[in-house]
Amino acid sequence: MRVLVFLLLLPTLAFAQGFAGLGTATQEGFATPERGATLTFPTDHAAHPDYRIEWWYLTANMTGPDGATYGAQWTLFRSALAPGEGEGWASPQIWMGHAALTTADRHFVAETFARGGIGQAGVTAQPFAAWIDDWQIAGPDLTEVTVRARGDGFAYTLDLATSAPFVAQGDGGYSVKSGAGQASYYYSQPFYDLTGMIEIGGVPTPVTGQAWLDREWSSQPLAETQDGWDWFSIHFESGEKLMAFRLRDNSGAPFHSGTWIDADGTPHPLDGDTLSFTELERAQTSGPQVPIAWRVQIAQRGLDITTRPLNPDAWMDTLFPYWEGPIHVEGSHDGIGYLEMTGYE
Amino acid sequence: MNRLILRTLLSHWRSRPFQIVTLLLGLTVATALWSGVQAINAEARASYAQAAATLGTDRFDSLQPRGAETFDQEAYIALRRAGWDVSPVVEGSLRLGGERYRVLGIDPVTAPASLPARPDLQGADLTDFLGPTGLILISASTTLPPDVDLPPVRVVEGIAPGTLVMDIGLAQTLLTMPGQLSRLILLPGVQGAPPIAEASGVVFDRIAPRGDGGGIAALTDSFHLNLTAFGFLAFAVGLFIVYSSIGLAFEQRKPMLRTLRALGVPLRRLMLVMVAELTALALLAGIAGVALGYLIAASLLPDVAATLEGLYGAQVSGSLSLRPAWWATGLLIAMGGAALAAGDTLWRTARMPLLSAAMPEAWHGAQARAQFWQGIAALGCFALALVLCFTASSLTAGFALMGALLIGAALALPVVLATILRIGAARARGPLSQWGWADARQQMSRLSLALMALLLALSANIGVGTMVMSFRDTFTGWLDQRLVAEVYVTASDAEQGRAIHAWATDRVDAVLPIWSAEARLGAVPISIYGVAQHPTYSEHWPLIEALPGAWQSVASGEGALINEQMAARRDLSPGDALILPTPDGTDWPLTITAIYSDYGNPVDQVMVDVGLLATRYPDIERLRFALRTADAPQVIEEARARFGLSSEQVVDQAAIKALSLAIFERTFTVTGALNILTLAVAALALLTAMLTLQLMRLPSLAPLWAMGLTRAALARAELVKVLALALLTAILSIPIGLGVAWVLTNVINVMAFGWRLPMNLYPMDWLRLIGLALLTATVAAGLPVLRLARTAPRTLLGVFASER
Repeated sequence: MRVLVFLLLLPTLAFAQGFAGLGTATQEGFATPERGATLTFPTDHAAHPDYRIEWWYLTANMTGPDGATYGAQWTLFRSALAPGEGEGWASPQIWMGHAALTTADRHFVAETFARGGIGQAGVTAQPFAAWIDDWQIAGPDLTEVTVRARGDGFAYTLDLATSAPFVAQGDGGYSVKSGAGQASYYYSQPFYDLTGMIEIGGVPTPVTGQAWLDREWSSQPLAETQDGWDWFSIHFESGEKLMAFRLRDNSGAPFHSGTWIDADGTPHPLDGDTLSFTELERAQTSGPQVPIAWRVQIAQRGLDITTRPLNPDAWMDTLFPYWEGPIHVEGSHDGIGYLEMTGYE
Repeated sequence: MNRLILRTLLSHWRSRPFQIVTLLLGLTVATALWSGVQAINAEARASYAQAAATLGTDRFDSLQPRGAETFDQEAYIALRRAGWDVSPVVEGSLRLGGERYRVLGIDPVTAPASLPARPDLQGADLTDFLGPTGLILISASTTLPPDVDLPPVRVVEGIAPGTLVMDIGLAQTLLTMPGQLSRLILLPGVQGAPPIAEASGVVFDRIAPRGDGGGIAALTDSFHLNLTAFGFLAFAVGLFIVYSSIGLAFEQRKPMLRTLRALGVPLRRLMLVMVAELTALALLAGIAGVALGYLIAASLLPDVAATLEGLYGAQVSGSLSLRPAWWATGLLIAMGGAALAAGDTLWRTARMPLLSAAMPEAWHGAQARAQFWQGIAALGCFALALVLCFTASSLTAGFALMGALLIGAALALPVVLATILRIGAARARGPLSQWGWADARQQMSRLSLALMALLLALSANIGVGTMVMSFRDTFTGWLDQRLVAEVYVTASDAEQGRAIHAWATDRVDAVLPIWSAEARLGAVPISIYGVAQHPTYSEHWPLIEALPGAWQSVASGEGALINEQMAARRDLSPGDALILPTPDGTDWPLTITAIYSDYGNPVDQVMVDVGLLATRYPDIERLRFALRTADAPQVIEEARARFGLSSEQVVDQAAIKALSLAIFERTFTVTGALNILTLAVAALALLTAMLTLQLMRLPSLAPLWAMGLTRAALARAELVKVLALALLTAILSIPIGLGVAWVLTNVINVMAFGWRLPMNLYPMDWLRLIGLALLTATVAAGLPVLRLARTAPRTLLGVFASER
């Protein structure tokens, strides 16, 4: 789902040829996702350089020994100027890393960039490693990894492990993003158990918690009129998971989509019509005003929840800014999760 | 009423347009020379700063590999992966259509956002910059030859002239250094990363940012200080003109001022109007001066740029940009100069007794008093010069010493001349001769300022001329000693270097590698040169100071030779220990066994055994060789044919000498030009003084005419007097000039460049200069004398009728 982050980034990034060009047209020479293709692991954990954009997107909800809650984000984006990989500096691939650590009253952000082809950033499937500079997610395979990142004033080292299967989003991993049919390949691993150590201002704190990894790649993901989104990933106390998003459209009704994931990892794609997102409250961040409290309803699942952020000011003051932070969920179902909002000005 | 007063004051200029012309001209020329020099300096400094900003060395630390030009980019990846926030840079130079360009390859995604050349990550440039064809960014002032095969070029702001900025991958391709980097930009704020050497496996020197343009600015400081000193000298000489015109105007307006006061104009108001008048004049002259200064700077700048590039490798834009700050300072300098020149006049106006009568005889007493104080001031200046002579320890103090010497001499001049004239008058026989001597003394009071200007210009001329010629003689002799080998070869790459070495070993009498490493000792860059064991060095190399067996100790690996500037800057002498850094981080202990002269080189230099250098610094480029052969033309031909070397890669001794001398000559082109301009200003000062004097002197000459002297005879007598005074001044300027030369060669050069020069004497040049001074005086006196010879008898008669 995080496809959208990059989409809004891309026009400004100018890695692509501008926002309009991104809309419906497939970029020259890039591969496009096709319905019915099967995801193959571990191969698909690695990069797909023939697609324009791709990411490894990890969010974690954590608790310290004193009960304080924390959020962590680790993201590696890949963007291609042209399809394929090249030798050395001639590689058309560009990588971007975002890392964040959120407490109830602080939000630390770091950002870094790298060129492909020279080894500064990249992803290998087996053994698994995704890295940029000294940040990395690495382990024997993607079910057992250590996540590291650091930035100004913070650092974390998190050990993740799971025995659950990877969860295909959308139609077997083919995730539609607009009424016009833009789509991406999208799968997740929402079942990581986490233990680790976070460090704020040099002070280490042990943490435990849950983590969620999203993998997504595409070449033509957004409609021209779509100008932002609100995206939720939620761990319910029951062990079930929810991924749900709303793509705002400046020409009409928003596009809704989501997946209900059973505690054993079985995904149930949700019909967009059954999803309802309601803004409850806006607040000023260090960026713009954004909705920080939401009501999310899924009639077909009897879900009616309210989400509130751990820290309303989880503003990502990066080259392409957005809001991303941990939330807690109350209502018909209780839980924790992450919210990402883009396109607010 | 103010208007009325101003009109009255201005009416003076209307009746004497020539006076206002000289006043304005003097101030304009003074301002022009000063601001011209400032413009040159400002342009050069801006170029250094821009170059540093383009390279990012003005704000960020740099990591440079120790003892190597390049390093493997794997070290960069290793540092990034260890958490260091570094950005890679590839630098080199590229010859396109005969011009040399600096290539700067950057990685825009890791380069700091404030690097001027970095394409905006949010701009469309980035796609082109990183695209398969690539993009070259240049400044508007850089032109590329039309027929070269290069990627598209785009003009952007903020790039240093002559620099091509491109993606690092493209730079590696163009410079044929695949996988190699030149240095890293180190961004601040990294915490907890392992040490750089450990993380990268490469020993880097960490170079702190220099906001002022970096090492180049430091190297060229002395050059700019030199220019400034000259600009100041010319300014001072120009002010003499202004001073004498304002002083004259005051004398002539005295009755008018008195009348105004008597009519009831308050002193305060009169002073205010006079200040306003002066300000307006200064503003006018300032604007003209700044404009003229711009023209001077624009015409000198190409030479300055060539000099700076030849001497220091500093790229300076050959075209001048207009800077508002420079305009403002130019105007301020003009106002300040006018205030300085007019201060005395205003003071006298303020203190003028309301009813003071003309006191034609009073000048004598006033002059004597003035001379007394001038003499005291001169002694003070000389005393200061003497103290500075022994204590001067900075370049500024060196220039202060020169200033004290020159000002002291200028102040002493009227006293000395008056004494000579007094002695002359005492010995004069016959009424006409006695009158001549006495009249010359009276003229002195007015002419002395112009003569002082002449003395300054002549002394500076002799001083600088002596320094430049001593330098040239020393330099050519030194070149002969130093450039002994017949042929110098530079290979294109390491492989060719090996091939040339092998071929030459069989072909010529001796192959002497010229290999060097750049390193840093303390924070200051040094060059380490390797020399072979050969009589070429031990028998010819110009040593200043040496321990016995200096060359043997170099061969045995214990000894090192250092150049004079290094010895001077670091206070080292033979016998001292020297510990050089090495790429592997270990110390390289050596003993200094000799000091050699190394003119024209701004950098500290060490000479060691070449074999040892190659061992300690394994990555040095092994490209240059000096060949000893009796058959140079044949060897050159063979080398070119065999290795396809260009005419720049194989040169004979004569060509290198010619090149070195050409650089030397260019260095002093600007000095020479300023020297001549200063002399021209002095001639102008003399001319204006003579012209104004002539008007004032009619009353003294009219009685002589009435007593029967012809106008022609009077004119001749006038000319002889002026020539005699000029001759005396010129003769006096010789010892002063030699003093200046001594300060330049023994104080300023040592401070500025680190080398001491033997000072030679060039009497033929003094004669030439005396001739020039007489010519100047003849030209300056010619017009007034001619006018005197043609003065209508009616005018002379009129003197007896007019009231004084």
